Amino acid sequence: MNRPKTMTRSRFAEGAVEWLIRASAFSAIVGLFLIFIFIGKEALPILTSPDVRKEANISKLFLPQDQAHPYSWQPVSEIPKYSILPLFVGTLKMTLVAVLFAIPLALGAALFTSEFSPGWLKEFIKPIIELLAGIPSVVLGFFALMVMASYVQELFGIVYRLNAINAGIALGLAVIPIVYTVADDALTSVPKSYREASMAMGASPWQTAWRVVFPAALPGILAACVLGFGRAIGETMIVLMASGNAAIMSWNLAKPARSLSATIAAELGEVVVGSAHYHVLFFIGISLFIFTFVLNMFAHWFVARLQKKVLGTI
Amino acid sequence: MIGIFFVALTALCCLIIVALVAVILGDIAWFGWGSLNLQFLLTAPQQGMTEGGIFPAIFGTVFLVLLMTIAVIPLGVMTAIYLHEYAPRKSMVIRWIRLAIENLAGVPAIVFGLFGLGFFIEFVGRGIDRIFLDGQLAFGQPAIIWAALTLALLTLPTVVVATEEALRAIPVSHREVAYSLGATRLQMVRRVVLPQAVGGILTGGILAVSRGAGEVAPILFTGAAYFLPYLPNKLNDQFMELGYHIYVLATQSPDVEKTKPILYSTVFVLLVLTFALNFTAIWIRSRIRRRLRAEK
Repeated sequence: MNRPKTMTRSRFAEGAVEWLIRASAFSAIVGLFLIFIFIGKEALPILTSPDVRKEANISKLFLPQDQAHPYSWQPVSEIPKYSILPLFVGTLKMTLVAVLFAIPLALGAALFTSEFSPGWLKEFIKPIIELLAGIPSVVLGFFALMVMASYVQELFGIVYRLNAINAGIALGLAVIPIVYTVADDALTSVPKSYREASMAMGASPWQTAWRVVFPAALPGILAACVLGFGRAIGETMIVLMASGNAAIMSWNLAKPARSLSATIAAELGEVVVGSAHYHVLFFIGISLFIFTFVLNMFAHWFVARLQKKVLGTI
Repeated sequence: MIGIFFVALTALCCLIIVALVAVILGDIAWFGWGSLNLQFLLTAPQQGMTEGGIFPAIFGTVFLVLLMTIAVIPLGVMTAIYLHEYAPRKSMVIRWIRLAIENLAGVPAIVFGLFGLGFFIEFVGRGIDRIFLDGQLAFGQPAIIWAALTLALLTLPTVVVATEEALRAIPVSHREVAYSLGATRLQMVRRVVLPQAVGGILTGGILAVSRGAGEVAPILFTGAAYFLPYLPNKLNDQFMELGYHIYVLATQSPDVEKTKPILYSTVFVLLVLTFALNFTAIWIRSRIRRRLRAEK
């Protein structure tokens, strides 16, 4: 092709821009990779550095230490203790409350808007749940701390104003929109022919929804639950503000609790860079990262199965 | 008959959720509106934050999300363009990139905070100080630029997803016409695709800003300050921020009852800010979706 000479320079510029586009496309992969490397790097001394291992190593993190207080998280005491099991228990019990509170509500709501409600009502409910998703977690934490805590305390007759139930319910508020959105997507992706066939056989709307549509959308529903669970485990500000933050080894929901994420948030600001405490906090961080990563992969796999199932049977 | 009971139960679920949202927003609007005035928005906190306003926090938030937007928009838009216009359909590369974006969206906010500290401050910042400033401490400490870049990574998926949706709304025929007139791929992207995708990019940017303005965990150790007597004016200054200010007022106030009106008003301001942004984004997005449906 005969191009004028001035074109060569613009061809060169074009190549550069296209190269830039290709390069930035990998930013998400690079980002994930860097997160893993740079948090992992700070967590590694717990396994490798002799100095750090004297103060904190895997067995001190997970196994019982002395007779009187086998599991305690006291990183700033005279003899620092780094058992992360109380934090693990705290995280798990608050997550459990959140999930038990949020998943039934969100799934019920998703069933209603996708199967039973008239269109205008769905157009009203969906934006409100999106609104809930838009509330920053620090605001939910504020609400749980300043307003909700007193009511929860009275309702359940609890001694402590800030406790695992209060934090769990507030956490549930952050989980509802995620579960609802993913579940609603899954339910609406089930082909209309399923419903028509079921109705033609004489099934009622509820029978159709519960016995036909819900099972068909099950992989997507599972993905919704898994994603909600992941969000609850990693959420920080709500738990930090609403849970009371006491690291105690107890499954009692009426007591205060301290989560893994809130521990990082509360302690990393004051810690000496390079100390055992610092590395332990990064170890908690990389554990959270890996755990939520695995959950995300599960959710991804579930959604892929749903798509295959739904698209394959039309 | 049992069926009707269960249908009513699902309706009740909706009702409970809507009621919860109404109670939360109602409470905040009711108590937040009371002590809100222009002076509150335009003055600095006084008397250990029990009096005065929140201007430095508003300024810091705007500065922060502005820097974040500058970083995340080009990156996110170029990623979306690659995924939709360049990469071969259904290739492995696309699947990997999409998986990474999906996963990035699920990483807990606090992990981004750790990353900001470990990568941007300790590695990049310290590196700059060592190489260019003879070890003088300038960038190897919490700063607004590091907080903004951390948030940029956190909001990247938001921008990519919104931009891609807009790209999908552009009919293939427009691209074919551009090619038939002899345009190169980049010319086609610049002259045909990008102008039509402005709405989607805007949506992504606004959603990212609304998300970024509300996230506190990633900025806890990357640059947010409890209180600053001056406004940030350099990239390596620390800053005050609305969400962090709420956290500080709610948990570390010397006099909880006295700060309560200020706290409520700060929450109200942050909520109005994020909702205004969200509504704008939803409005633009619904217009794009309508066009998409009309053309199908």
